[in-house]
Amino acid sequence: MSTTATNQNPSISNTFYTSLFNVPDGERIRKCLQCGDCSGICPFGYLMVYPPSRMIAFLRAERFNKVLDTDTVWMCVSCYACTTVCPSQIPLTPGLMTRAKEELLLAGNVPTELQSALEFSQRYGNPLGESPRKRADWIKGIEPEVKILGKVRQPVDVLWFVGDYPSYHPRVQLSTKAMTRILNALGVDFGILGPEENSDGDSQRLAGERGLFEMLAEKNGIAFSKYQFNEIITTDPHVFNALKNEYPALGISYPVRHYTQFLTERLDQLKPLLKHEVNARVSYHDPCYLGRANGVYDEPRELLEAISGVELVEMSHNHANSLCCGGGGGGMWLDGFQWEKAHVRLSEWRIHEAITTGADVLAVACPYETPRFEDAVKMVQGAGKLKVKDIAELLTEAMGD
Amino acid sequence: MNIVVLVKLVPDLIEELTIDARGVALDTTWLRLIINEFDDHAIEQGILLKERSGGQLTVVAPDVEGVDDVLYTAAAKGADRLIKLVGDFEGGVNNHALARAFAVVVNELQPNLVLTGVQAHDDLDGPVGPLLAEYLKMPYVGYVAGVTVSDIKTSLRKEYPGGLIAEMEVTLPAVLGIQAAEQPPRYVAVSKVRQAMKTSIIEEQPVPELNPSGGPTVNRMFQPEAAGRATMIEGDVEEIATRLVEILKETGVL
Amino acid sequence: MNQDIYIVIEHLRGQVADISYVMLAAARVLAQGTRGDVVAVLLGHNAQGLANDLAANRVLYLNHPMLADFTSDAYQKVLAGLIGQAVPRAVLFGHTSVGMDVASGISAQLGLPLVSQCYSIRAEGDTLKFVSQICGGKIMAEGDLPGPTVLITVVPGGFKPDQGKSTQSPQVAPVPVPSLEGLRVSLKQYIEPEAGDIDITREPILIAVGRGIQNQDNVELAEELAKALGGVVCASRPVVDQGWLPTTRLVGKSGKTVKPKAYLALGISGAPEHVEGITDSELVIAVNTDPAAPIFDVAKYGAEVDMFDLLPALTEQVKQAKGG
Repeated sequence: MSTTATNQNPSISNTFYTSLFNVPDGERIRKCLQCGDCSGICPFGYLMVYPPSRMIAFLRAERFNKVLDTDTVWMCVSCYACTTVCPSQIPLTPGLMTRAKEELLLAGNVPTELQSALEFSQRYGNPLGESPRKRADWIKGIEPEVKILGKVRQPVDVLWFVGDYPSYHPRVQLSTKAMTRILNALGVDFGILGPEENSDGDSQRLAGERGLFEMLAEKNGIAFSKYQFNEIITTDPHVFNALKNEYPALGISYPVRHYTQFLTERLDQLKPLLKHEVNARVSYHDPCYLGRANGVYDEPRELLEAISGVELVEMSHNHANSLCCGGGGGGMWLDGFQWEKAHVRLSEWRIHEAITTGADVLAVACPYETPRFEDAVKMVQGAGKLKVKDIAELLTEAMGD
Repeated sequence: MNIVVLVKLVPDLIEELTIDARGVALDTTWLRLIINEFDDHAIEQGILLKERSGGQLTVVAPDVEGVDDVLYTAAAKGADRLIKLVGDFEGGVNNHALARAFAVVVNELQPNLVLTGVQAHDDLDGPVGPLLAEYLKMPYVGYVAGVTVSDIKTSLRKEYPGGLIAEMEVTLPAVLGIQAAEQPPRYVAVSKVRQAMKTSIIEEQPVPELNPSGGPTVNRMFQPEAAGRATMIEGDVEEIATRLVEILKETGVL
Repeated sequence: MNQDIYIVIEHLRGQVADISYVMLAAARVLAQGTRGDVVAVLLGHNAQGLANDLAANRVLYLNHPMLADFTSDAYQKVLAGLIGQAVPRAVLFGHTSVGMDVASGISAQLGLPLVSQCYSIRAEGDTLKFVSQICGGKIMAEGDLPGPTVLITVVPGGFKPDQGKSTQSPQVAPVPVPSLEGLRVSLKQYIEPEAGDIDITREPILIAVGRGIQNQDNVELAEELAKALGGVVCASRPVVDQGWLPTTRLVGKSGKTVKPKAYLALGISGAPEHVEGITDSELVIAVNTDPAAPIFDVAKYGAEVDMFDLLPALTEQVKQAKGG
């Protein structure tokens, strides 16, 4: 009686396995205990044919080709939950999941919606398919006029990297305008790249398009090098993550902060401007790329608590175990695909949690979240009155007219 | 199987189109050119046929801004040969001129099958495909949404409105105007295209003279009235319904 | 050589296509300018009946079994011969799966100029002018129609089909058909679209429903209007999520991009994720009780009215307009 293990294309498994060692700390994958914590905490783990721990099992059994034959890796929203709980500290999200998506992408196995977002990013420098020339159209009508560095050609103190959705999406533009008001009220000397700005590329990277990410980063790097500024700020945690953690490896390195960090530093200056009360019970949603991925939990809460009338209540999933809105890792452009498999949306789960706390307002700090959560509010019974607001919008509300 | 796909690049409608100072052509300052969507389908159909029956796939395009990227992307998808027609294309040429230029190259390549998009949105003198077919004295069928090639015959599915399909047979060599490939144009990773840039060669074929005769002369180019916010229809429900029926009639819908 | 205007009549499975009437309407305008005749060219087999309501001075009828159904090779051969002999002032073809297959080939074969995507034509004194619609309708190109003979492919919208219909049957003159040997294209069979398997990207008239439809039963109201108009119902995300319509009917970022002639948006707010699927629509009409709904920024016409009040009235009026 022989029990020879079948040798199913060992070369694919081997190549993939060794490629993971190139990811920082990637060789930790050798220490996988098969505890299953990752698959358990994964919000869509129950739907994946091969959730993270099973992927590793098949990888070790040299049967990874089977994993690549399925498309359930596209259910991964790169929320970092698995990476955060792994006892062996394997970089599951940036390593395993992203690399698996890369393989699928190279084989042409891409859901259509994601394909469009990637092709648009290549052609127009943003995944929404909008003209790059209109990237700064949102500044129309704002006084004082927002400085576009290519036009003013002066050094500024702060470069504000606006991002794709804050530039183009009509709902998110409202938060962008709110942010502009705050920066002006604080007398911050800032400028934007405008049409020279390309997508940060981080979500595209996590969706498996490393080549596209590098192409976009290169373009942004060239734009940065043309101007003088002391630091970069952004309202977009994905931009924050890319500039802080990924761009330096490509030789593009600048000090960068999320706007909540920037404003908290100036709270002494900001607080007197928050003259009006905002009477509301507010639940704050920790964005994956601000919280789990980069450890920024306190600053957003400090800003909210600075608004008088705000009663901050935590949802049951908060700080490091916050529930992803479903937008990351390409999730913004996989809605149809993920809906078909799950018939439930992560954003809707989160709305349920917000209602449970009795919140009037769900406060967010990431541009993917406002449209996602507002859509979810429409779908969830009893959520009708819940408002979704970016922290910047709540601050301007407190600032009054 | 020796397949040739002919591609042209057209203005990207995402960008604002403006008319040049002379008022007879598009202003090219901000004009972005992208692959004609139907030609992209033609490439995909060509690749599918190559994957099924083997053979060689050549992609030919005129030298305008952005053509290199289009050709390298085709190579990354599986095209074997890339040919760029070099000539006085920058100012824009009509399809009669382009078809004549393509005909010279296709004659040399002697393919079994020529694929091209059924039309392009900037066609002012008819689509390229059937013009080319006539210059080559080959049969032409357009609005093709499926091609099967066997040793004995080549059958295709031609689309009519309302989803009706006509299954036809055509003798080779032939030119087909592709409406839709059998699957949507595949995605190709940026890293693969960059790889193709290093390993593929774009052959240049000079076109000494372009002959546009057969196309019309444009005296004036203009944009239809700009759309702003919707014109609101007032009145009670019956009045609104009446006005809507009128509008539908005016626009040829009813 | 003459000043007549020829039209190549398109018919499919026993019915004259609407574009033929549009072309006849256009031809009548041109013929007034050239003072020639409007001559309909009908290729078919036992198809003389189709000539009955054509608004033409006369019909040239080419009858042959090989012409019973359209094939590019046969039609081009016959038409090239006819046009080459008659040399009319203009020949109109539909900008369709039929017309486009042969117009260019004839242009190349006979060395005659060709103007395509033609939206309107008119006579101004001795000059004949055309206006063509290119770049997805965003650009109009105008010029003189070259002589002595010009071929034109016509798109719908510039002329009303009613203007191409006549209550008096025109005179039908049989024309001998040349030998049709050695044809390279042949028709094997027609395949009907599967019932229920609708591809909304190919539909010219779409009735779109959004959250405002409120429940599955109400979708029926939209279906009735669609049926009356000869269109199809599609939807935005919330409707499909609820399962009231299949995903194949979804329009927008997660669904399909559509390019219909007319898009009637009922109870749809107009969020970017939906709107990006309809930007190439020729005519968007929006009905929504919320005057601030972003859909009104992309629609050409709007009505701030409850769609449940409007639907029955509109359906009824459409039925009357079609039947009456």
